[in-house]
Amino acid sequence: MTPPMTAEERAALIAARPDRTLDLLRQMLRVRRLEERCVELYSASKIRGFLHVYIGEEAVAAGVMSVLGPDDAVVATYREHGHALLRGVPASAIMAEMYGHAEGCCRGRGGSMHLFDAGTRFYGGNAIVAGGLPLAVGLALADKMLGRDRVTACFFGEGAMAEGEFHESLNLAALWDLPVLFCCENNLYAMGTALERSESQTDLALKAAAYEVASWAVDGMDVLAVEEAARRAVDAVRSGGGPHFLEFRTYRFRAHSMFDPERYREKAEVEHWMERDPIASLKVELEASGHLDEAVWASLSREVDAEVDAAVEFAEAGTLEPVAELARFVHSERGTP
Amino acid sequence: MPSLGADMEHGKVVEWLVKPGDYVHRGDLVAEVDTEKTVMEIESFEEGVVAEYLVDLGETVPVGTPIARVTGTPADVPVEVAAPDGGAVERAVAAEPAVESEPTVSAGPAVAAEPAVAAEPVAAVAVGHADAPVEHPAVAPPIRHLAHRLGIEVDGLHGTGRHGAVTRADVEAAAERLHRAAESVAPTVAARPAAATGAGRVRSSPRARRLAVELGVDLATVEGTGPGGAVTEADLHRNAASRPVPAAEAAPAPHAEPEPTHVGEAGPGRHPRSSGAAETSETGAAPDGSSAAQRVASLRRAIGSLMSRSKREIPHYYLSTTIDLGAALDWMRGANAGRPLAERLVPAALLLAASARAARDVPEMNGFFVDGEFRQSEAVHLGVAVALRGGGLVAPAIHDADRLEPDEVMAALRDLVARARAGRLRRAEMADPTITVTNLGELGVESVFGVIYAPQVALVGFGRVVERPWAENGLLGVRPVVTTTLSADHRVSDGLRGGRFLARVDELLQRPEEL
Amino acid sequence: MKTTYREAMRAAMRDAMQRDERVFLMGEDVGRYGGGFAVSLGLLEEFGPQRVRDTPLSEAGFVGAGIGAALGGMRPIVEVMTVNFSLLALDQIVNNAATLLHMSGGQFSVPLVIRMTTGGGRQLAAQHSHSLEGWLAHIPGLRVVAPATLEDARGMLWTALEDPDPVLIFEHGSLYNVAGELADEAGPVDIDRAAVRRAGADVSLITYGGTLPTVLAAADALAASGIDAEVLDLRTLRPLDDAAILATVAKTHRAVVVDEGWRSGSLSAEVSARITESAFYDLDAPVGRVCSEEVPVPYAKHLEEAALPSAERVVAAARVAVGEAVGEAVGPRA
Repeated sequence: MTPPMTAEERAALIAARPDRTLDLLRQMLRVRRLEERCVELYSASKIRGFLHVYIGEEAVAAGVMSVLGPDDAVVATYREHGHALLRGVPASAIMAEMYGHAEGCCRGRGGSMHLFDAGTRFYGGNAIVAGGLPLAVGLALADKMLGRDRVTACFFGEGAMAEGEFHESLNLAALWDLPVLFCCENNLYAMGTALERSESQTDLALKAAAYEVASWAVDGMDVLAVEEAARRAVDAVRSGGGPHFLEFRTYRFRAHSMFDPERYREKAEVEHWMERDPIASLKVELEASGHLDEAVWASLSREVDAEVDAAVEFAEAGTLEPVAELARFVHSERGTP
Repeated sequence: MPSLGADMEHGKVVEWLVKPGDYVHRGDLVAEVDTEKTVMEIESFEEGVVAEYLVDLGETVPVGTPIARVTGTPADVPVEVAAPDGGAVERAVAAEPAVESEPTVSAGPAVAAEPAVAAEPVAAVAVGHADAPVEHPAVAPPIRHLAHRLGIEVDGLHGTGRHGAVTRADVEAAAERLHRAAESVAPTVAARPAAATGAGRVRSSPRARRLAVELGVDLATVEGTGPGGAVTEADLHRNAASRPVPAAEAAPAPHAEPEPTHVGEAGPGRHPRSSGAAETSETGAAPDGSSAAQRVASLRRAIGSLMSRSKREIPHYYLSTTIDLGAALDWMRGANAGRPLAERLVPAALLLAASARAARDVPEMNGFFVDGEFRQSEAVHLGVAVALRGGGLVAPAIHDADRLEPDEVMAALRDLVARARAGRLRRAEMADPTITVTNLGELGVESVFGVIYAPQVALVGFGRVVERPWAENGLLGVRPVVTTTLSADHRVSDGLRGGRFLARVDELLQRPEEL
Repeated sequence: MKTTYREAMRAAMRDAMQRDERVFLMGEDVGRYGGGFAVSLGLLEEFGPQRVRDTPLSEAGFVGAGIGAALGGMRPIVEVMTVNFSLLALDQIVNNAATLLHMSGGQFSVPLVIRMTTGGGRQLAAQHSHSLEGWLAHIPGLRVVAPATLEDARGMLWTALEDPDPVLIFEHGSLYNVAGELADEAGPVDIDRAAVRRAGADVSLITYGGTLPTVLAAADALAASGIDAEVLDLRTLRPLDDAAILATVAKTHRAVVVDEGWRSGSLSAEVSARITESAFYDLDAPVGRVCSEEVPVPYAKHLEEAALPSAERVVAAARVAVGEAVGEAVGPRA
């Protein structure tokens, strides 16, 4: 684990770039408010299928996305609304997709678990655990073969590390020295199976290091730590340092999906982690350092709520893809290779 | 009642976590809900004071049903929209599910945040939809089946049953209309829309094609009502039923005893005959002067019916052997020498004579299977299948054929063929063959595996007499041979006796002088 | 030019890599070893290790990497040694390659070619001999082709690489050594249409891939006894060339489908069902099928031979198809 920053170091960092820090807070809040609205809309039957929200884990996506460049690629999981949003997919297109509307980023074909966006090189939205890792390896292989200076960031949960595709992918990436940043979001539970019940080696960075991949564990509840670790790793990957692995130790505050009575964990544990809420923590720090007051917070909050409201309004006004279009996108339409 | 999964349709509150008067914030847990899959805690998306519960503990309600009323805090309640009874504006704890087409329940994401004017249970809305008119008439499977059988398209039918359902009467009426329409166009059959997919090929169901062969109907003459004008089984039946038939044949009685014959040869002890052939055996005597074509069609139907029954009821087995006719034909040539043409023997006479004697010697082939048992016949009345000009087939009997010399067989054969083709067979001749022979040699057929004429138990088939290389005692020669087959009833005999029969035919034909 | 199926495949890969810099080959032992079936022998020397890439034994990993590389702008040819091994990569093929275009609402196509060996007949027993192309032909989003001739071995690959979507090429192991004449100028061929390999009037024998030679031999045997069989090579198993299937049935009114896959839930079932759906009124006999026996392919030669479709079984099925139609008038044969 990268050594935690001291209070002095943190204060210095915030003081050195208050706007950027405030922006990290804003990005996390965007995800939080979007996800809260998703839960509400799911309860109201507006969103259907499976819904997995990212509440509690926002610091990871916010920190990593902030250091990626526009040509980099992102591969994510089925808990990816936040990743899509922070990668630059409009909230309106995300919400419309969850409504199953033609205006959604995948024209209603994907839904909550399968958000894709070519414009931001956002490659899903992969709902097979570990299924996205080989894709990331291949994207990086293409970049390497074509001599492109790009990084592919691949997000996955710790549950993926028990899958063969994780091992095959790390091995290939290391063997071929490919520019992939593997981002393990270790929220301690693979659905309801606790880490110690699914992994023989619970030090995940150690496990990844066995493939000769440079690996670190990072406090995933601290957006500044995430950003710092991600920046170093991305720089290393981009400059030819081969694949890197970051284990972000984080926690989801809500159930795995909407239909989850959470029999597998204690409320006290959830409450303990909620004390480390990445948004509340950073807000307190910013307030303490004098870079955030009630007025700024209220304005930030209104702005974020407005974005979510607008997204919902957009989705509500959306249209259904005509059933006549059902069979589209099974094969490419001619002339679009 | 919030939706907690796409498969959740109902839920029941099993425990309240708040009580009236409590203040709830967004995200506060308010109740435990049993979803049938599990028990889940549910949260409020509203802020305010719990005014009252709207469902009872343990009461199962559909998703979307308001379960409790939350009143806005006084500061939040705009005066102008306050309820007239002075109460605070009510808000549903759980937002209604989307009912986008129903204006009486405001949908949209804002529904929970807006004052809910009427907390109508959503179930009431759903009921309204249930009575919406159905686009396609409901058709019960048995009715659909009937329609299919009669060749009626149910989708085009006006249903007179409940809720516009298509009834049996509707289908039958449609069939009747179709029938009349078919009759009215019958004279212009040739002008009907081409029902063929290719040159000369009539579009028909395989089942109809098979039936047409059995009935001897030319598919091209049948109006098809199936998909794309295909002829279906129902079309064939309708076609058959719509044709004028001689009065004597109009009402076939499948299980009727033969009428007492006016010719008087079917005395007591003669076995009841299968109806079809018996009923049609008097076509020549039909008094109404019906046309030859009608007689043929009628006969064809009768044969079809009889053969269908045979194939349905008799477990046929088939044997085949090739018989050297060298000796028989040598003998025949000797016998024919010096005779006038009209008195000469043909090979068929020898084959029939040999078959009749073999039937006497292997009695399991000679008789009837009735009432679940085989009744052997003492006499051998050899049925001879005779193809009629213009189509059709009859198999009148040569009585006591096992006791006739080849010359007598020959004479009987000539007589039968002539009368059969003139339509002047006697009822008894049709009624009582105990075994039948079919000889398709003159058509060039090499072997024939026929269908037994129930309730007979065997049918002998002869093909064409052909020259073939023939090895005997290590020497190869050319001999005239005939393929002889036996179709026999497995309920009565088996391959051993069947084989014995064919062997006996062979032996007899090797010693024609003894015939 | 005298050549073999194996050499034709190799020529196709060489041609593709010469034509397009984005094309590269990867798979287990495609480089130094020369390919499990020696198809890629010599390509490493010609194109180097970047473009002829040996992979670890990680079917899911390298098939998925092929998908990713295709998304990233390359035109990968991924070789999976046998279709049995491809089961380790089914997640990538079925859940990713076949779905990404649709799930992304048309944003991401996967221009990937996966080649794999299929079929039995070489005494390799139950983990190297199965014909599972029918499974993959079940999947929307994939195109599945089965070259059965030298022309198709030479010509299908380039067309597949030009396709913006994933194409699976099934090479029957018994075909690699098939030798014959191939035109010097042989080049790309279509991967849309079935081909009549032998014209006939009495019965249509419909097949593809490794059983094409078997079926052609059966057609010759049938011709000797006066039955004029038409042989249709499906070539593309998904999407099926319905028009060609229906055309041959409309011509002969009888069909026998020959498929080395198992009969239950097979490609032959699909072809048969389509004939019944669309050519019902053209049929003179029920559609016949000759498939592999419903056993894992056994090792012993005589057992394996008994399990796989043979020319004798095809002949027998064709006779039934023809015989039943003729037999209607006189009743069934003994």
